[in-house]
Amino acid sequence: MCEECSSWSRCSSSQARALAQKLAAHVGEDLATAILQAPQVTESDFRVQRQRVDAVKARLAGSTDPDAANLLALADFLVRRSVWIVGGDGWAYDIDYGGLDHVIASAKDVNILVLDTEVYSNTGGQASKATPLGASAKFAAAGKTTPRKDLALMAIAYGSVYVAQIAMGANNEQALVAMREAEAYSGPSLILAYSQCIAHGTDMRHGMKQAARAVASGYWPLFRFDPTMRTRGMNPFRLDSPRPRIPLEEYRYNEVRFKALTQTHPDAAKRMLEQSQRGILERYQVYEDLASRDGSRFHPA
Amino acid sequence: MTLATRYLGLQLAHPIVVSASPLTSTLDGMRRLEDAGAAAVVMSSLYEEQIRAEDTAYALYTEHGSDSQAEAGSYFPELPDYDSGVSGHLETLRHASEALDIPVIASLNGTTSEGWIGHARGLEQAGAAAIELNIYSVPVDPAINGAEVERRTIEIVRQVKTTVRIPVSVKLVPYFSSIPHVAAELVRAGADGLVLFNRLYAPDIDLATLRVTRSLPLSTAAELPLSLVWIALLSRRVKCSLGASRGVETHVEVVKYLLVGADVVMTTSALLRNGVQHVATMREGLEQWLGENGYDSVDTIRGLKDATHVEDVDALIRAQYVAALTEYLPGKLVQ
Repeated sequence: MCEECSSWSRCSSSQARALAQKLAAHVGEDLATAILQAPQVTESDFRVQRQRVDAVKARLAGSTDPDAANLLALADFLVRRSVWIVGGDGWAYDIDYGGLDHVIASAKDVNILVLDTEVYSNTGGQASKATPLGASAKFAAAGKTTPRKDLALMAIAYGSVYVAQIAMGANNEQALVAMREAEAYSGPSLILAYSQCIAHGTDMRHGMKQAARAVASGYWPLFRFDPTMRTRGMNPFRLDSPRPRIPLEEYRYNEVRFKALTQTHPDAAKRMLEQSQRGILERYQVYEDLASRDGSRFHPA
Repeated sequence: MTLATRYLGLQLAHPIVVSASPLTSTLDGMRRLEDAGAAAVVMSSLYEEQIRAEDTAYALYTEHGSDSQAEAGSYFPELPDYDSGVSGHLETLRHASEALDIPVIASLNGTTSEGWIGHARGLEQAGAAAIELNIYSVPVDPAINGAEVERRTIEIVRQVKTTVRIPVSVKLVPYFSSIPHVAAELVRAGADGLVLFNRLYAPDIDLATLRVTRSLPLSTAAELPLSLVWIALLSRRVKCSLGASRGVETHVEVVKYLLVGADVVMTTSALLRNGVQHVATMREGLEQWLGENGYDSVDTIRGLKDATHVEDVDALIRAQYVAALTEYLPGKLVQ
């Protein structure tokens, strides 16, 4: 694992490209230039690139040069790889946030999918920094007293990271578009995906409906931040879900993690619900402001 | 002129009681009814299903997946203070019992004799003046005969009576083969009063969508006769209080129920239609009717028209039935 880019594949790709440049004379200047500069976005781009890689392999075959032998071993990595890092919110928001921050601060072409259950799921429902205000979880049985971290806005602050927030149950088309845009973006991408969890205490057969409620309440707004839009002078932030149209309560009290508090600490539950409702409306306003800005009000492309 | 009456051993200023409904689910609601002049209120029901569903859902959601993998033994924190909602109900009852001068009767609604009956004690400890047991059961299993249905109903009453010391009334459905027999057995099991009758909330079919629909039509005066005739037949034949329910729209129905032997008359639909102030209108109408007809109290008219004034009730009912059908002329109502 490369400490610089947190990825085996991206590291091998970098080495292969460096070797191709170094061995341009051996491989053939035209072929080396084509292989290093070729666009690799569409299926046809990939098909042509694979043919170039085959040509490189043919020219290097039998060479005794150690660099040639290395390039031969790594040549397949000259075809652009789709690299996805998949983790949970405990990892992304919390115990490995430093690592995540390191990766998105780089210009590496990696995609990060966070399955955001808002709680440490595998280890039994401990609160993470993604756990929302007022949710009961281990280490926060009386309700988490601080709001969840807005990881999306933190990543957007870089200006160079593709960021999306998705919820399949609310809008699967938007989720698919976000995944494809993240894949196409040639820098780091971060997708936060609403994910149901056993630790929510809800009927998981209807998880998609619950996700739709999360979006309808404004708790989980859908959006995409695509830095490439700036190259066209456009606003990179697009808000994909409408304004909150159901009360937060209607979403929250389908889940034991929120409802439990109304039974154990009813006054705190009421207070936290009101705080959360106000917080959601305020946060939505922030997103709406971002979405309505002129494109020039963002970090230059 | 005195409108005072006794029901379940409780002294009431007059016989108009507000039955269990959303109107009586909150302290504010019950206060408004007292201010409007209700003689007593039956607080909204604590349902067996509500208690069970809360317990089951909580257990299901919080225990589901426990010990299913090595890294996690459970997914929820221990919540020793968790309460399935019963305490909120009891808290409202406690506040109402303390704050109101009129009696607050608790309503316990269920069909089995397991698990939920213990909550009767909680209702008593929260200050309920009495408990109304609402045993709403529609038997659908052909293997269960009428005697078994009656036995279960009576058993619930017996168990509740061994649990509490306050008076207990039973709100009945009208679908027993022998209502007088069931009434007598319930009294023998300890019932201090009977309320006639609960309404059957049956589904309907929407022909446009072919969907089975739910509806909750409010009671109208057209529903009066069933309760009226059975109170007339039970009056002074069973040794307990009688509460009349269904079809109470104005003081007219109140008077009719009192004439056949009711100790109290319960209403909700009329208040939902006309507002809680309608209680006062009904009370004033009752007082006016008594005055205009030369009576000086509710006691003087109670039971004047009950079945004890008839020598052969069976024969009379049969004769009325035959006369109604044979003397009917199409297009003309027989008087």
